Amino acid sequence: MKGLKKKIDQIKPKFEKGGKFEKLHSVFDGFYTFLFTPNETSRSGVHIHDSNDSKRTMIIVVLALLPCCLFGMWNVGYQHFLATGETGKNFLELFFYGFFAVLPQILTAYIVGLGIEFVVAQMRGHEIQEGFLVSGILIPMICPVDTPCWMLAVAVAFAVIFAKEVFGGTGYNFLNVALVTRAFLFFSYPSKMSGDGVFVSLGNQPAVDGFSGATPLGELASMAPGDQMTNVLGDPLSFTDIFFGLYPGSWGETSTFCILIGALILLFTGMANWRIMLSGIVGAFLMALVANNWMSDLYPATALDPLTQLCLGGFMFAIVFMATDPVTACRTTAGKYIYGFLIGVVTMIIRCYNAGYPEGAMLAVLLLNCFAPLIDHCVVSLNIRKRMKRAEIPNS
Amino acid sequence: MSKSIQIKKGLNIPIAGAADSRTTIDDSTRLFAVCPDDFPGYTWKAAVKPGDKVEIGSTLLFAKEADIISLSSPVSGTVKEIKRGERRKIEYISVEFSENQSLDNQLKNFKGLDLIKKSGLFAMMRQRPFDIVPASEVMPRDIFVTAFDSAPLAPVLTQSIDRNLLEEGLKVLKGFTKGSVYLSVAEGDSLSSNVAETVVFNNLHPAGNVGVQIANIKPVNKGETVWTLSIKTAERIGRLFTQNTLSFETIVAITGPDAKNPHLVKTRDGASLATLLKGEIKETEEKVRVISGNVLTGIKENVQTGFLRFPYRQITLIDEGDHADEFMGWASMNPKKFSVKRSFPAFLAGLSKPFNFDARIKGGHRAMILSGEYDKVFPFDIYPEYLLKAIYAKDIEKMEKLGIYEVAPEDFALPEFVDTSKNELQKAVREGLDYLRKETL
Repeated sequence: MKGLKKKIDQIKPKFEKGGKFEKLHSVFDGFYTFLFTPNETSRSGVHIHDSNDSKRTMIIVVLALLPCCLFGMWNVGYQHFLATGETGKNFLELFFYGFFAVLPQILTAYIVGLGIEFVVAQMRGHEIQEGFLVSGILIPMICPVDTPCWMLAVAVAFAVIFAKEVFGGTGYNFLNVALVTRAFLFFSYPSKMSGDGVFVSLGNQPAVDGFSGATPLGELASMAPGDQMTNVLGDPLSFTDIFFGLYPGSWGETSTFCILIGALILLFTGMANWRIMLSGIVGAFLMALVANNWMSDLYPATALDPLTQLCLGGFMFAIVFMATDPVTACRTTAGKYIYGFLIGVVTMIIRCYNAGYPEGAMLAVLLLNCFAPLIDHCVVSLNIRKRMKRAEIPNS
Repeated sequence: MSKSIQIKKGLNIPIAGAADSRTTIDDSTRLFAVCPDDFPGYTWKAAVKPGDKVEIGSTLLFAKEADIISLSSPVSGTVKEIKRGERRKIEYISVEFSENQSLDNQLKNFKGLDLIKKSGLFAMMRQRPFDIVPASEVMPRDIFVTAFDSAPLAPVLTQSIDRNLLEEGLKVLKGFTKGSVYLSVAEGDSLSSNVAETVVFNNLHPAGNVGVQIANIKPVNKGETVWTLSIKTAERIGRLFTQNTLSFETIVAITGPDAKNPHLVKTRDGASLATLLKGEIKETEEKVRVISGNVLTGIKENVQTGFLRFPYRQITLIDEGDHADEFMGWASMNPKKFSVKRSFPAFLAGLSKPFNFDARIKGGHRAMILSGEYDKVFPFDIYPEYLLKAIYAKDIEKMEKLGIYEVAPEDFALPEFVDTSKNELQKAVREGLDYLRKETL
């Protein structure tokens, strides 16, 4: 590696101020720090530092997303071959079908998102920040597999510019960038974001008779009392199918099992907050229990038992990977409990009582993103009040 | 019956090179210095010229705002140099040690608090708020005396203390406050006092930070002032008042991964590092960073021209590390990398075995991203992230409301160590405190 380092150091001056490629300084710097950890030493304050940095943090989150991502790819293939009726395919064929189906989306998200980050970093004269490493993989995972790449590109550009960069970049945004992308797609191109034609990749092949590409939550919204949720072929879905994620949906978020593996990685390494996850799940469970208890034929989604509610759709994915985004979540400990709990409750309210939106997790997290500063403000105000009270006693 | 307080939030950083209890006597150091930067809160003016003869306790510098408050010479000898930096600011005044050591006669003309101020011991105390040398007219609500240092590799402070003199010193201090004198002791130490209220703390850093002790005993509110000092200063006050002598002798721990054989040395305040560290630094290819103090709050010094800085009783030697080219460090599985998060494999072998830290910040500067990181090592009823944001925004009202009067930069040392975004928190807090003091005076 010494040789490589030497070579890079040789061309480094060209990218610095006054150099030939001055305009590419941030890009160069981004790649340089990616390859070699900067050996900058401390100038003020503490002389030693913890080894964990922002790059490591983001990489761990990406690692935690991998089980969902890999399973999602396989599931895209599985649903495809189920829908087209081709049997006898092996594991790798399923996986690679899915892999090549979602690869363009992943590339689009990264190229557009990172491209904007690079330009903005150069404009501001900043280092490239790693936040989009996570957003870039999250975004395709929460979109239907048939989302056209141009739509994705428009949505990513909108989200990165208007939800993040205008506020100052990573660390200053108040809305989760991946969810803003999803919301942009959802409201701008509703026909491509819901219904039964977008969640299963048919790849221009005819589907078998009786095929239905609706997601279970989509079916549920228009279901008559007593009906069962079915898979793409119309066979009933068991709880095991639901837990492991063998149903159509936004491709990265169907498997509760893989999400739980991701959650374990995040919690074990200390990268995400368990309070948000726990209170979110408790909130969703309680709200689903309430809805289920006072079940109504008017609202078919209330017929589901709370456990199935939790495992279906994007809720688990949202509470594990979106709600715990430290920048947009509550920052105080007490606030985190309230924030997580309300995300759970609001998700279930939208899901059960608003047939227009089969899944409420996205809107719930975005709504609570908006309220997080208010919740924190209240928590911090209590601390201030306590301090003020303490100061008053000796004077009175 | 002493009170006992358990600090739960904190971190003892496992750094290699703890000093063993062997104590050698440093009789080769001939140069001692006082650095006015170590005594914030006053503008210091030189009271001597190079070549002047001085005794122990002679005034080297006095405060422009209250000229009785002095920084005094730790030894008898001749003033060697008044080193000035930018804008003629005094960096240090050094004194060449002479064989005959005696006390400055002038001190006999002073009594009570004036004696403490003139002898240089007053400047060794601090006040909260602001963490500066106490204002001369304000009488403190309480006085907090710390008997232990919980910082990484810090020596045991009670070892070389004469307990009778300490008790005398506490008695003297009791006369300066209508409130109480509190003595904070580490768990397992038998030290106690009849004059002061003894409070026992568990030895989890930052329990030894006086700010943490105050916050857990009786927090400082707006408009209140408390004095803080270490038992060494209290013992010196006791000696001055009962024996009419002044001694700036102290025991210093030479520590850190690059210390050849970490041990204790008996020397005096302000000793020159060139002689103090002779033969103590491991010969490595790496550049060695010499820290006067501990790795969290200490001052980077040049081994040839530096001195033992106040209030530290410790030198730490670590690798500078600026030549390490780490290929894709963010993907590293190196078991020698310490992190409080379990994102590096080091936790598998346990995080209590000593690590060889170097001075690299190990990442790039970012905005505050992760939440709750600071809180885990910050045992105050304060929201550190919000206080820092108020400081960055220079919002005085918010700073006051969020508890800035209770903290000192050192209290933000552990948050700065664990910070994923690698921000300079202690510097920010110091600037915030200075700004607040300037604006509210």
